[in-house]
Amino acid sequence: MSHTRKFTPPANFDPQFVTCQATQMRIDIVKMLTHAGSGHPGGSLSAADIVATLYFGGVMNYDPQSELQGDGAPWRDRFILSKGHAAPVQYAALALAGYIDSAEFESLRNLGAMLQGHPDASKCPGVEVSTGSLGQGLSIAVGLAQGLILKGQMGRDGQTPPQIYVLLGDGELQEGQNWEAALYAAHYRLDNVVAIVDRNMLQIDGNTEDVMTLGDVAAKFEAFGWETASIDGHDIPAIHEALTRKRTSGKPYAIIADTVKGKGVSFMEDVAGWHGVAPCAEKCAAACAELEQLLKDSKDVMDISAAVMEGGGAHG
Amino acid sequence: MAKATRAAFGETLLELIAEGQDIVAVEADLAGSTTTGKVAEHHPERFFNAGIAEANMVGAAAGLALAGQVAFTGSFAVFGTGRVYDQIRNTVCYNKLDVKIAPTHSGVTVGADGGSHQMLEDIALMRVLPNMRVLVPADYTAAKAAVRYAAMTPGPFYVRLGRAEVPHVYGPEGITGVQDVDVTKAHVVRPGKDVTIAACGIEVAQALEAAKLLAAEGIDAEIIDVMCVKPLDVETLLGSVSKTGRLVTAEEHSVLGGMGSAISEVLSEVLPTPTRRIGVVDQFGTSGTPDELIEHFNLDAKSIVDAAKELLA
Repeated sequence: MSHTRKFTPPANFDPQFVTCQATQMRIDIVKMLTHAGSGHPGGSLSAADIVATLYFGGVMNYDPQSELQGDGAPWRDRFILSKGHAAPVQYAALALAGYIDSAEFESLRNLGAMLQGHPDASKCPGVEVSTGSLGQGLSIAVGLAQGLILKGQMGRDGQTPPQIYVLLGDGELQEGQNWEAALYAAHYRLDNVVAIVDRNMLQIDGNTEDVMTLGDVAAKFEAFGWETASIDGHDIPAIHEALTRKRTSGKPYAIIADTVKGKGVSFMEDVAGWHGVAPCAEKCAAACAELEQLLKDSKDVMDISAAVMEGGGAHG
Repeated sequence: MAKATRAAFGETLLELIAEGQDIVAVEADLAGSTTTGKVAEHHPERFFNAGIAEANMVGAAAGLALAGQVAFTGSFAVFGTGRVYDQIRNTVCYNKLDVKIAPTHSGVTVGADGGSHQMLEDIALMRVLPNMRVLVPADYTAAKAAVRYAAMTPGPFYVRLGRAEVPHVYGPEGITGVQDVDVTKAHVVRPGKDVTIAACGIEVAQALEAAKLLAAEGIDAEIIDVMCVKPLDVETLLGSVSKTGRLVTAEEHSVLGGMGSAISEVLSEVLPTPTRRIGVVDQFGTSGTPDELIEHFNLDAKSIVDAAKELLA
């Protein structure tokens, strides 16, 4: 673990920083999948801005040092990747957050590797629970929320229970177990459960509305007794606002994030075929060229903002 | 004296909670039948009803276990294992969580509800799962020990409980006089030398009855209660069959994949032994009284006697 980054989760929200982290994650996703030769780029890329905002936008409370070497940080917020096939997006975040060494990317999907094809909590630091069989993350989240409350466990603020963030795929909502869990969360008024739906409109066999109509997902959650927000899942300030909104309803909370499958790589965007196929070396190079340019532009913006801030300070 | 193994479930959970254990019960609308209702009554904060939604019952139990609780799930065996096989496999066992699958109403002795409710494949389903341990208690006393052991031992468990009253095998009122039950062992509850009868669950009482009938014909049967189907107490079983050279297995379960299969898998490799397996022969159950059903499916003492005599012929 010598290359594990020393990283302190930011307490504040800097949209430019989150944008850069999301873009770096996309680069890492494309590269690790290319190296592995198989996996799921589309749904990993669509979720990158959501996951980056959770980890790097001052939303989730966590501390890799005490989680891995200290007391386990029982106050930490939890993240559950119910759409476990998007493992690369979590691996990319875990590396930037300092849970794992980015050198592990090369072992993705290898025999006995830390980075299994779907997240394996017994192998990968920072993964709370192994997932991969769709439709189960929300149930785990509701039980976890209740179990922590029963333990009297408070979050970092010492006032409220830890937040349980669970990332659901939209196609995954066709699994009936989600709706059992949705009833349950509302029944027990588990307002520390935050479900984020990566509404990219695509699943393996095509458009979600062609395969099995999901319709108005927000209305469905509302009908099940949830508070909801509907946002552009690539608008980082909007994601941040939805995740940190002051809520008083006492209801569980679902954020329906409209996303583009394959987001950030022009030739992967909105193409169902990129659900479960890894890029070849040539496609990887093309994808990375686009993303590297995006990263450079974002960093330039960040530098300009920093310069303006400094200049403002000097003259003010 | 007789009592159903399910009666031990809620009672033992209450004892464990009173002792300060972090026990929770997650139910799917059968709290009265499974006896998890006792937890609801005395510790409502430790009881969670998922409604008629077994998949979420298991998933929520997994989440509760992740938070440091020891989570027992209820429902009937047919819904609590088969219907939620993937939840048990991919969430409970793959994560090696402290979830204890302890549904009641296993086997044909559910009775009048019929085949849809008589689970005969659960031991087979549960024992093939990595990280899962399988306990099949023979009576109320063994069931209390099984629930307690599952609660106190980390990792997933399947505890198979039943609806019908069964005679006491253990304890002060028990047939065998054996007081202490170690649920990790196969118990020789009646020593003998001519034939080994390995039974589990309600079939232990049938096997003990069979031993009496066999004794009247001069046949000395050794009865073993295989209450821990996984991991098997191979040493005790080998010790017995190496002496008797013949084995009858008896279980209130399909003959495919259950306790008899588990023992046969081992013996076929290390000590091939002439064997007869008593169980339900690849079919569904039917309505009837428990006693009628035990006879109808040839799970009664007489069927065990016939199998033993066939081996001795």
